[in-house]
Amino acid sequence: MKKKRWLTIVLTAILILGSLFLLQKLLMPKYVADVVEGAFIAEYYQEEKNHDVVFIGDCEVYENFSPITLWQEYGINSYIRGSAQQLIWQSYYLLEDTLRYETPQVVVFNVLSMKYNEPQKEAYNRMSIEGMKWSMSKVKSIQASMTSRENFLDYVFPILRYHSRWSQLTEDDLKYMFQTKQVSHNGYYMRVDVKAAGEIPEGKPLADYQFGENAYTYLDKMTALCKEKGIQLILIKAPSLYPYWYDEWEAQIEQYAEDNDLLYINYLELVDEVGIDFTQDTYDAGLHMNLSGAEKLSHSFGQILSEEVQVPNRSGEAHLQEIWKEKIAAYEAEKQEQFTKYSK
Amino acid sequence: MLFTSYSFMGFLLVLFCLYYIIPAKHQWKLLLLASYIFYFLAKPIYLIYILVTTVSTWFAGIQIDKVQNTQKAYLAEHKADLDKETKKQYKASMKKKTWHWLLACLLFNLGILAVVKYTNFTISNINSLVQLFGGKPLSFINIIVPLGISFYTFQAMGYIIDVYRGTSKAQTNPFRFALFVSFFPQLVQGPISRYGDLHESLFAEHSFDGKNVAFGLQRILWGYFKKMVIADRMLIGVNTLIQNPDRYSGAYAFAGMLFYALELYADFTGGIDITIGVAQVLGVKVTENFNRPYFSKNIKEYWNRWHITMGSWFTDYIFYPISVCKPMLKLSKHSRSLLGESIGKRVPIYLSSFIVWFTTGIWHGASWNFIVWGLGNWVVIMVSQELEPLYAKFHNRFAVKDKFGFRLFQVIRTILLMSSLRMFDCYRDVPLTFRMFGSIFTKFNWNVLWDGSLLNIGLSALDYGILSAGVVLLTTVSLVQRTGSVREKIHKKPYWLRAAVWYGLFLCVLLMGAYGIGYDASQFIYNQF
Repeated sequence: MKKKRWLTIVLTAILILGSLFLLQKLLMPKYVADVVEGAFIAEYYQEEKNHDVVFIGDCEVYENFSPITLWQEYGINSYIRGSAQQLIWQSYYLLEDTLRYETPQVVVFNVLSMKYNEPQKEAYNRMSIEGMKWSMSKVKSIQASMTSRENFLDYVFPILRYHSRWSQLTEDDLKYMFQTKQVSHNGYYMRVDVKAAGEIPEGKPLADYQFGENAYTYLDKMTALCKEKGIQLILIKAPSLYPYWYDEWEAQIEQYAEDNDLLYINYLELVDEVGIDFTQDTYDAGLHMNLSGAEKLSHSFGQILSEEVQVPNRSGEAHLQEIWKEKIAAYEAEKQEQFTKYSK
Repeated sequence: MLFTSYSFMGFLLVLFCLYYIIPAKHQWKLLLLASYIFYFLAKPIYLIYILVTTVSTWFAGIQIDKVQNTQKAYLAEHKADLDKETKKQYKASMKKKTWHWLLACLLFNLGILAVVKYTNFTISNINSLVQLFGGKPLSFINIIVPLGISFYTFQAMGYIIDVYRGTSKAQTNPFRFALFVSFFPQLVQGPISRYGDLHESLFAEHSFDGKNVAFGLQRILWGYFKKMVIADRMLIGVNTLIQNPDRYSGAYAFAGMLFYALELYADFTGGIDITIGVAQVLGVKVTENFNRPYFSKNIKEYWNRWHITMGSWFTDYIFYPISVCKPMLKLSKHSRSLLGESIGKRVPIYLSSFIVWFTTGIWHGASWNFIVWGLGNWVVIMVSQELEPLYAKFHNRFAVKDKFGFRLFQVIRTILLMSSLRMFDCYRDVPLTFRMFGSIFTKFNWNVLWDGSLLNIGLSALDYGILSAGVVLLTTVSLVQRTGSVREKIHKKPYWLRAAVWYGLFLCVLLMGAYGIGYDASQFIYNQF
């Protein structure tokens, strides 16, 4: 009798926990159709992790650099770990997380996120953090990123966050409950459409141009971590025309790079050299590069990585050739698909 | 710590585990500690207020008890020596002593309540008068109103009156008394327990009783359903309607009136369900505060079934003492001789009721809308009392009293009356409430009730679907309750069926609850009183 009672309790617990697990899987956003940026962070874990270059940052890395071009032109094995409005502490913990799996030769960090000193939007936090595998880095990233209305428990049990999504479920939610669809190309978000940049207004005057203490703390931590692991940290500012990049910000980053002996490249100042044409190379009027712009930028940056930083050309490695062959095929297929879509 | 917050749920989880792990004789001490932690987390300074009330009331109780014991001992000792008159004089002198302690305690604690809760209201009224005569207005004072002060003060004052009356024995242990005043589940929104009802189970040693714990958890879950699925969802629509009165008048105001009635019911009864459920898990029996109030056939019955502990507190500690006090008896005599027996006998009752309803109103909040709301209830009750002979004539002529249709009419009438009075509580502004109430009858825009306009107040068709289903469930549960405890009924069903019922309810709260990002964490309405 007692045995039967225990069996009933255990069975009930299994059924309840199992159904809650399934519900959570069903309700969590899949990021396969709209706002695919939310899927980028998790995709990394499916990769073979022996990259020489890892990009860390926000949309200014995942929309402006193409690892496929870097491989095709320079044999550079690279990956982008970025998500929408990825804040600097999220980038730092993502770097920590990456270093649990591999130690690249170079880490490239885009400095735009230095402008944020405090947590911003919950939706972006979710996209930057949720895809991370559980580790202390993820825990710390959550703690550093939460806005006042967020709760740690909602990250541990995402069903608490997405509980009301049941009324918005689509077929994709069922289809991708246990499988994912590759939406990026080594973290690169492809867009082939064109929307020329118009008149870009001057930045509005700010009350204070000084980057925040918190932002500097994490930049310091990133620098220290890279030094500790023997990684070369490169700071870049992508050639996005907006959000506006102030001269005062530029001066601070230049100073920081000099003080810490880091390579810093501001592509806003190299637009002509790279050959970027803002009537052709952007899909959203200058905020981000389209495929054409990203490939031009990757061509230019690849040259620096290859010649100045001495990142090895690994195009001769058969194993990597196999992997990249598949990636290139997927890249070309999506390129064609998008050209067809946008030419209609 | 809101009852609906994760921190409260975590707090409960830890408390429940510890409660049944530690030796039973220490359980009440753990409850005291938990209650003070709960209150401290709300705001540390609140502790000072509750401590002052606790210590002063406990001390007064002890003094009253001492006098009463001395009296008992003296009378027992001198049973044979004292004549009737001397005994009477002695008793009167002792009564006077206990009365002084009682009065001091009441004045002190009700004084604290009055100062923290009503000073700025008084200043605001004085300023209105001063400004009429062109005077300089007084400055408002910055004063903290401790969470649940109305509830714990009334609970403590009920205790001291009971001790004075001899219906309760004084608690000699100040820590036990502190637990009675601060017992955390009922600290912020009641029920207002009587010492005689609560103390035994509060201080008793409880061993783990699976059924009791399960029933407690089920009650908590039901409370969460009412609060998170119904009240907090309804709140979105109610807020839209009341915050834009110029835009939402007429039929919108009518809808808002009903929506608020539903929100308030689900919010307050949900909160009390959580309170009683938490207490039940701990083995503590807390007095019920509701008895299906929206099934009442008249306002008087409604007030016997809604916020029962508050109603009975006002009846026992204000209405009866006032009704039988010397000035009132004198007034009764005068009014009878002046106005005749029929009208004269009503005067003291009306006056006592007026005081009770005025106090009830102002207890709910320091503003005129609550006072008018309280007096509105008084008017309705008095009018219906006066109309009773007319009702009797009607029922003699038409045999409809026991007809379902007539009972339904009575229930709907009561709901509409109570809901319209609640508009004072909802709009929190007396002239605005009258204006909005008037607009229901003067602005003929009833089409908004069915032309989809109500889909633009922050509630989607799905929300209305959930709310309708919620109302059906609430009504069904209330109907089933007429023949006994719903949980007992479910408990008698096969295991898998009852597991499915409770898990289904849990899923409803989990998936349909208006919580988290996208919804505002809403404080329980009665926390504010």
